[in-house]
Amino acid sequence: MNDVKCECGHVNPHGTVLCEACGKILDEQADKNQLLDMRYEGSARRSQTYNKTIIDKIWNFFSSVKVGVWLIIITLIASALGTIFPQKMYIDQPPEVYYQQEYGTLGKIYYQLGFDDLYSSWWYLLLIAMIGISLVICSLDRVIPLYKALKAQKVTRHEGFLKRQRLFGVNSDAADKDLTLVKEQLQRKRYHIREENGNLLAEKGRFSRWGPYINHIGLIIFLIGTMMRFIPGMYVNENLWVREGETALVPETGEKFYIHNNKFILQTYDKNKDKTFAQALSKAGEVAKNYQSNVVLYEQSGKSLPGEKPKLKKVMDYKIRVNHPLSFDGYSIYQASFRSELSAMTFSLMNKQTNQTYGDVKIDLYNPKETYDLGKGYSVKILNYFPDFEFAKNGEPSTKSRDPNNPAFIFRMYTPDKPKGETSFVAIRQTIEPFGNNTYKMAFRGIDTKNVSGFVVRKDSSMWVIILGGIIFMIGVVQGSYWQHRRIWIQRKSGQVWIAGHTNKNWYGFKREIETVLAGTKLTMPEDQLQAGKNKEEG
Amino acid sequence: MKKRRLVMRTIILLVLCAAVVYTLYANFTKDNHQSVAVGSKAPDFVLTDLEGHKHRLSDYRGQGVFLNFWGTWCPPCKQEMPYINNQYHQFRDKGVQVLAVDIQESPLAVNEFASRYHLDFPIMIDTNKEVMTAYGIDPLPATFLIDKNGKVIKYYTGQLSENLVREFMEKIKP
Amino acid sequence: MASISSNLLFIAFILYLAATLFYGGSIKVKKDSNEKKTTTKWGQIAVLLTIIGFISQLGYFITRWIASGHAPVSNMFEFTTFFGMALVGAFIVIYFIYRTTLLGLFTMPVALLIIAYASMFPRDISPLIPALQSYWLYIHVTTAAIGEAILAISFAAGLIYLVKAIDQTKSDLQTFWLEIVMFTLVTVLGFVVVSSGFSAAGYHEKFNWIDKNDNQVTVDYTMPAITGPHKGELLTKGGFQPWVEMPAIVNAKKLNTVIWSLIGGLFLYSIIRLLLRKRIGAALKPLVKNVKLDFVDEISYRSVLIGFPVFTLGGLIFAMIWAQMAWSRFWGWDPKEVWALITWLFYAAFLHLRLSKGWHGKKSAWLGVIGFVIIMFNLVAVNLVIAGLHSYAGS
Repeated sequence: MNDVKCECGHVNPHGTVLCEACGKILDEQADKNQLLDMRYEGSARRSQTYNKTIIDKIWNFFSSVKVGVWLIIITLIASALGTIFPQKMYIDQPPEVYYQQEYGTLGKIYYQLGFDDLYSSWWYLLLIAMIGISLVICSLDRVIPLYKALKAQKVTRHEGFLKRQRLFGVNSDAADKDLTLVKEQLQRKRYHIREENGNLLAEKGRFSRWGPYINHIGLIIFLIGTMMRFIPGMYVNENLWVREGETALVPETGEKFYIHNNKFILQTYDKNKDKTFAQALSKAGEVAKNYQSNVVLYEQSGKSLPGEKPKLKKVMDYKIRVNHPLSFDGYSIYQASFRSELSAMTFSLMNKQTNQTYGDVKIDLYNPKETYDLGKGYSVKILNYFPDFEFAKNGEPSTKSRDPNNPAFIFRMYTPDKPKGETSFVAIRQTIEPFGNNTYKMAFRGIDTKNVSGFVVRKDSSMWVIILGGIIFMIGVVQGSYWQHRRIWIQRKSGQVWIAGHTNKNWYGFKREIETVLAGTKLTMPEDQLQAGKNKEEG
Repeated sequence: MKKRRLVMRTIILLVLCAAVVYTLYANFTKDNHQSVAVGSKAPDFVLTDLEGHKHRLSDYRGQGVFLNFWGTWCPPCKQEMPYINNQYHQFRDKGVQVLAVDIQESPLAVNEFASRYHLDFPIMIDTNKEVMTAYGIDPLPATFLIDKNGKVIKYYTGQLSENLVREFMEKIKP
Repeated sequence: MASISSNLLFIAFILYLAATLFYGGSIKVKKDSNEKKTTTKWGQIAVLLTIIGFISQLGYFITRWIASGHAPVSNMFEFTTFFGMALVGAFIVIYFIYRTTLLGLFTMPVALLIIAYASMFPRDISPLIPALQSYWLYIHVTTAAIGEAILAISFAAGLIYLVKAIDQTKSDLQTFWLEIVMFTLVTVLGFVVVSSGFSAAGYHEKFNWIDKNDNQVTVDYTMPAITGPHKGELLTKGGFQPWVEMPAIVNAKKLNTVIWSLIGGLFLYSIIRLLLRKRIGAALKPLVKNVKLDFVDEISYRSVLIGFPVFTLGGLIFAMIWAQMAWSRFWGWDPKEVWALITWLFYAAFLHLRLSKGWHGKKSAWLGVIGFVIIMFNLVAVNLVIAGLHSYAGS
């Protein structure tokens, strides 16, 4: 494991293929190749060099681009599998029922394999994590040697290095004025020129070689950002339903913020008003135009205990719409959905025979009163209230939940002629008179509904990391894709002038650039040895 | 040189590995809503009971508190409420207080329920689910046992038997 | 305004068609002339027609924007048309870098097919649901489409490479798959021909059928039903009785369309084969005789290099920003999102294979073809078959 000293005097790390300074071929195996493999400047990629301990083996596994590509391909296929049927989060039935019912046996197998929640499965996360590890190790293993090699490169290069470049040509001699012209033209093309003993190295766009590593750094930062969500307190994602006219605590804000819902608004497109869309609307029917909640955001001044009435200070009025969330103090509240709920029911106390009524009772379904006095000796008492009525197994009336989805009441109606009162059980489209025939009834008059806005409360404290990662990634990709690292060597070797060129991509453009650089001189265009070889093969 | 390389590689791999393991672990525990942990201080609250008396949890320091979250619509609650009531009678003179917190129901329904089952421990309504949120509970019924120092010593979800209620009250008896 | 807009689109289509013919001519003429790098007269006309066509289509885009009040990228017709336009635009840019009319001969037919395919969808100006009312939507969709279009150039260049490089004197896997690609393109044409044929004839038939939840629903077929719906009952007098009845979980109408397209494609393909008396791949070979392999290889690679960052920006980053605004999360594993990720992963793999594993030439060309298949899958299958949040209404 010794370092290798090249004949030019430069000391290269073990495993180097091409001398970092002069480009002489140090690895005998590479010698036989017609053209040099310039991918990492022939530098010693450390992963390939040391392979002793288990740590080294793991390291080398992740350092391989081949492994990296396989990881990408496997992730790609796995991701595609997850789109065959809808994921668990997009269905509104229990998954064990849904998949078989909708997609038959295939659906059942899909569910049994756990593909219904593929993207949060341990193995999918592990795949992403392995890509992340591969990114770190691949980059580390390549960027450092590449940096050293590009930094150590000297102007004068070894003969073998020049000869085995893809672009290479020999001129028997060149006049000094030709060389000066070439230099000028190179400078005009923004080449950075270094000279040494009449030899010349023109180079530009070296920074594009760092592009891949910078975008990998961006990706890693991005992944770290998404990982940070799992740190408690970094990420909030809560549903919040607020009825019109009510004030609710915004969850996960440490009892600090309250939101009052003034009104929920649903607008749809109107065929007659939105004439442009008339044709489409006549086919599609109702199309929503706007979902909006007019809210007031409050902040608690001081600290109250849960259950205590908080002292609220208004922060702002806001109209929350889709695409226009309410943002404050790192939190965002989004308009996510809505529903309409029964809020009140109205009944009339009525004589069954004469159909005469003795006043209306409007019952607030969230907080019914015990007694409703109608005057003149008429009153109604609610003995029991079932907001979400059903008959329990034992036949007793009971309620399924606290939400007024199907309200039912047991009324006792007091009237001057029945001062002891009559009992009546009233549910939607159902009246039972448990103690025989009544004289009076509670006649249904109408319902009031109230909209309930569904909000999503979000806080994403790692968002800036994700954004930073995204920006760095884009910079890296653009840097690596839209620029090329181009080098031209013009060197005097044994009385001749040798020209060799290398670019990391986009050879066509590079060759045209060399043509313009050499224009007006006697120097001949170097030959594309790769194409020459091919042409020979093709005959 | 070789030593240093090995150490570097080991450290990097360990860091990466730790990050991955943590993420995987966190991903599988994220769905469990964070309820108040056993051993921590029970969050204080103030609620008014059906008779109009204010109850502040911290006022019961020195007594054990049997804190029960329930609803009139939840069948197991109906089962366990009479048991709690019976045991309340046994333990109230021994320094055990029962606080029953109904979640967001109408006073009418709760009142009716309380009188039907002759419940005489303090029942209060958490109108805005604030206490429920503070304790981070989801399915009802849920019971917290709070000792005389105001510390949570047990969190139990699901229906209680009378024996269990007795055992629990025995635990928090100061 | 709306009618000006559709006229401009029609003009653009005709111009593209004409340009394609001139591109063909430019190759033929070039064969006789001596091998010079300059573009022939025919080629110059072709490029000019392409540019005028592009401007005309830009006119369609702008006028439709004015008419509808939102960027016309909000339904299947509009998006696909825009993609076709972006493809032409991407070709023009690449043309001015590499100056090869041969690329036009392969790109323009693809663009034509895409625009023709687009016009098979309802062309009404559709209203935007609240989630789509965002500037980020326009930015995201247009950038993504431009990125995909540039990536599609690598498909066209890859195709040229394969046509030239694959030995057509023997039949092996490569000739087979190249022919499959050709057949697929012909099938798209088949779909366009069959559906515009039936729609010109005003074909309609109605069925009552029972869906998987046992509800009775009606469905309107615009092509004679080969595959009928589950327990379908034909309501239209003189309508075509279906040959096969499908179970309830299969969308019989879409399957029927696919079968008709395949029939159309097979029919057209057999005619072409009868006329050519050889594989399409083999018939195209003389056209690519003069092009250098590593030149098209470079075009193919270069367009991936140019397109990849644009696609990342539009298809992923802008998409995430919009998703964050509209749905409160920047990523939700919606099928369309996942397929954008798949596209991105695929081209990432492409670049790694090329840069680090030295996959040049044929391998690289095949990857370009596969990449385009993924893009088209995302456009067609994900919208029409898988469907999710992104699926455009009314298809």
